Amino acid sequence: MNSALLPWFILLLPFLAAVVIVLFTRRWPGLSSFISVLAVLASFAGSCVVFATPDIQALELTWLDLRPVLYVPLGFVLDDLTKTMLLLVTGVGALIHIYSLGYMRDDSGKARYFASLSFFMFSMLGIVVSNNFVMMFIFWELVGVSSYLLIGHWFERDSAAEAAKKAFLTNRIGDFGFMLGIMMAWVATGSVVFSEMHQQLARITSYPDYLTVAALLIFCGAAGKSAQFPLHVWLPDAMEGPTPISALIHAATMVAAGVYMLVRVGFLFEASPPALWVISWIGTITAVMAALIATQQNDIKRILAYSTLSQLGYMVMAVGLASGQAAMFHLFTHAFFKALLFLGAGSIIVMLHHEQNIWKMGGLAGRLGITFLTFLVGTFALIGLPPFSGFFSKDAILALAYERNRAIFWLALFTAFLTAFYMLRLVVVVFFGKPRSDRARAGREAPWVMIGPLILLAIPAFAAGFGFVARLFVQLPAEQETGWLVPGMALGATVAGALVAIILYRNRQAEPIDFAPFRNRFYFDELYSFLIGATQELLAKLSAFIDRWILDGAGIRGASTATWGIGSLLRLFQVGNLQAYAFLFGLGIVGLIYFTIFR
Amino acid sequence: MLTLGHYLIVSGMLFTIGFAGVLLRRNIIIIFMSLELMLNAANLSLVAFSRFRVGADGMANYNAQVFVFFIITVAAAEVAVGLAIIVALYRARQTTHVEDISTLKF
Repeated sequence: MNSALLPWFILLLPFLAAVVIVLFTRRWPGLSSFISVLAVLASFAGSCVVFATPDIQALELTWLDLRPVLYVPLGFVLDDLTKTMLLLVTGVGALIHIYSLGYMRDDSGKARYFASLSFFMFSMLGIVVSNNFVMMFIFWELVGVSSYLLIGHWFERDSAAEAAKKAFLTNRIGDFGFMLGIMMAWVATGSVVFSEMHQQLARITSYPDYLTVAALLIFCGAAGKSAQFPLHVWLPDAMEGPTPISALIHAATMVAAGVYMLVRVGFLFEASPPALWVISWIGTITAVMAALIATQQNDIKRILAYSTLSQLGYMVMAVGLASGQAAMFHLFTHAFFKALLFLGAGSIIVMLHHEQNIWKMGGLAGRLGITFLTFLVGTFALIGLPPFSGFFSKDAILALAYERNRAIFWLALFTAFLTAFYMLRLVVVVFFGKPRSDRARAGREAPWVMIGPLILLAIPAFAAGFGFVARLFVQLPAEQETGWLVPGMALGATVAGALVAIILYRNRQAEPIDFAPFRNRFYFDELYSFLIGATQELLAKLSAFIDRWILDGAGIRGASTATWGIGSLLRLFQVGNLQAYAFLFGLGIVGLIYFTIFR
Repeated sequence: MLTLGHYLIVSGMLFTIGFAGVLLRRNIIIIFMSLELMLNAANLSLVAFSRFRVGADGMANYNAQVFVFFIITVAAAEVAVGLAIIVALYRARQTTHVEDISTLKF
């Protein structure tokens, strides 16, 4: 096969699968899922070939050619970053496709589900390979659409439909900023192609304020997609979708798109220190806030969702500290262990007949043995216990923060403590103690099609952090000269958090702590609905005023009143008396004569 | 010596009397007569203009007198039509007072 066409095949195969399923095979769910899985496996194989081929070039098509004003190609950028992301997206994606075969086996919308899943793969791969902002933005929006479709898969449930809408709208807010940012960057550099923008960067750096605004607007897009404060509200609600979707989109790939984009155009941000400062603090706030909220959630998927938020906060923090490598490293390890955790949660949920409340589980360690072991691997990776993968990537970020910004470092360390606390709380409550419901007592191990991906994911979740493994896939950040101080503190915080959680939650039947602000997610949803409500109220009042007093009052009723008034004035002359008419007539004649003769 | 002014004053007085009759009298037949008076006031002034406008050849200008004949003819026709209407009106309403006839439709 011509190697210039290979990247196109990787990109278009999932799209083709989605089209075939929608147009032809919707009636045969089994066949549809087979096509979808086949397409993603082929894409994965193609990605492996691309990964193994140095200096691969892809065929570039011209889409818009208005040079020298605007030139938009349909092209691929195939550097190490993209190759790793390709492998990550198709690899994790393939495992999740296979897992979905088990999870969605009896779902009535199975064909639709797999079509959406393939469509998502296509859009996500598009973001990863795009070599220019316009193409990336299109795929960016397509990812938003497919995420909408997948969150709302069970659209007959109101909560799912609402969650899908919320995710889409919140993303759109960020995307609007993204679009403005792209335009500003294009105006300044005269190009939308990343490599050319990088060369023309000097044209923009002489206007630091302009650059900062453009960079922050572009960051808005990332904040929407990667669910950063204050646009984070959609991600926990997105857990209404099927669990494999939560694993694929809302943990491993789509939410990573924001971070990936930040790294891809890192040159823009690194030229603007104020923008970096804002980004690093937004990441830190998100990390701490989400971790605090996670400590008081009772829905297993929501806990994981907030932990995703928190980890994304770490990545954005790393970008803000001007180290794309550290961000990518954490993204890389996080994709595996978070997908693993979600899939583990999924198999618990499905085996307990869609029970998601952790206080109705308990004692599952014995019955769901493999799920438990793999979940434990994911947990250790997430809380950063050496030698699991999360330890290395989180340590890289912490060391970075230690060197560049102490305040952020302490907050990040605190987040590490919280992470260990809420994850151990989850593990202790779900897997140990006595079963707290009949469903938990009857739970048994999931089928192999679901367990297999768990085991396959557990391997990289464990090993992806080792330098010799990770270096194959991502550029590791340069070693920081912090010795054993930072890893020691991180480990201390983790162990402390874990111990506190174990002591506090061992053999509990119900939540011992009750802290309303955490449990209610800091009232963000309430605040937003209040703000939206107030804005709408204001708008409604304004339009009511315009409608009632200006359009209706001055326009319509004004016209009718004027006509009526003139009419009643004229009525005074129409007395019906012949002689009055004659008198007026005579008066008129006299007036006429006066005006013709004396004027 | 009678001048044009005397004739015009008489004509104006006749016209004013006629107009006052139209405005003030209530009986429609009297109003009708007053209208005729106003027409004849106009006729008088036209004849006077004709008599006092003498051309270079010593002849009076008779255009105005021709005009007077027309007015008399039209007035005769108008009286015929007007009286017929009044008779019809009287048959319908049993009145010849304008105050009682203030609506267009009955």
